[in-house]
Amino acid sequence: MSTVEKTPSQWRVYRSYHSPFDPCSPRTRYFNVPPNVLQPFQTSARKQFAPHEALRKGTLWPEYYSPYPPETRGGEAE
Amino acid sequence: MKAIWIYEKKLQYPVRVSKCDPKLAKMLIEQYGGADGELSAALRYLNQRYSIPDKVIGLLTDIGTEEFAHLEMIATMVYKLTKDATPEQLRAAGLADHYVNHGHALFYHDAAGNPWTATYIQAKGDPIADLYEDIAAEEKARATYQWIIDNTDDPDIVDSLRFLREREVVHSLRFREAVEILKEYNSTKKMF
Ligand SMILES: [Fe+2]
Repeated sequence: MSTVEKTPSQWRVYRSYHSPFDPCSPRTRYFNVPPNVLQPFQTSARKQFAPHEALRKGTLWPEYYSPYPPETRGGEAE
Repeated sequence: MKAIWIYEKKLQYPVRVSKCDPKLAKMLIEQYGGADGELSAALRYLNQRYSIPDKVIGLLTDIGTEEFAHLEMIATMVYKLTKDATPEQLRAAGLADHYVNHGHALFYHDAAGNPWTATYIQAKGDPIADLYEDIAAEEKARATYQWIIDNTDDPDIVDSLRFLREREVVHSLRFREAVEILKEYNSTKKMF
């Protein structure tokens, strides 16, 4: 697989108030801000994935690639 | 308007299932007959396109058609996960109520068993209202894929679901662009 240039993180972190009487241990929470939200209009002359890789990833454009599972959270995961 | 569909007897993206996990079928059915599932998406877009400005019709046709391709991928996953399951296994997976009504057939309902309904979708006849609904629908479908991915450790299923999730990202992008195109309609009007 080709390497994607380091793009700004698509993950945001938040915490909610945790009382000492809450039954479960506190959890840092994350939500995804996908690239279509960060950059809602395509510009021209951009980098592309190789055709086969694009078919597998679901997009031709590295800047619009949004990997999901937690391990791809770029070191921010719990 | 003339629309032509060409049916190719293969999936948009290969679907492989490596783990016998009928419980996952119960979750996947959310994207089959759920409010933010692929059936809702396909029917919403293919219906809205009749009353949307010309420049955006093609986009709704493209994406609506692709949603049917996604529907087939989900159907394939559900089918593979349930076709060899015994009634006992289906019961253990929480699918006994599905089984008594539908046997091993698929049906359009969500993960909690609510049947699909047209009230899940809308055509307001107002281009901006319709496109904002479409953007919201894509973000909700993206989130649904996230929560399904969180609930399986089958790497092959995850691979297909990640593909489907990325397509929702791309669809949302293209609907956002369609809104920009509609804004342009106003500025070109000034030329007259
Ligand atoms: Fe979509």
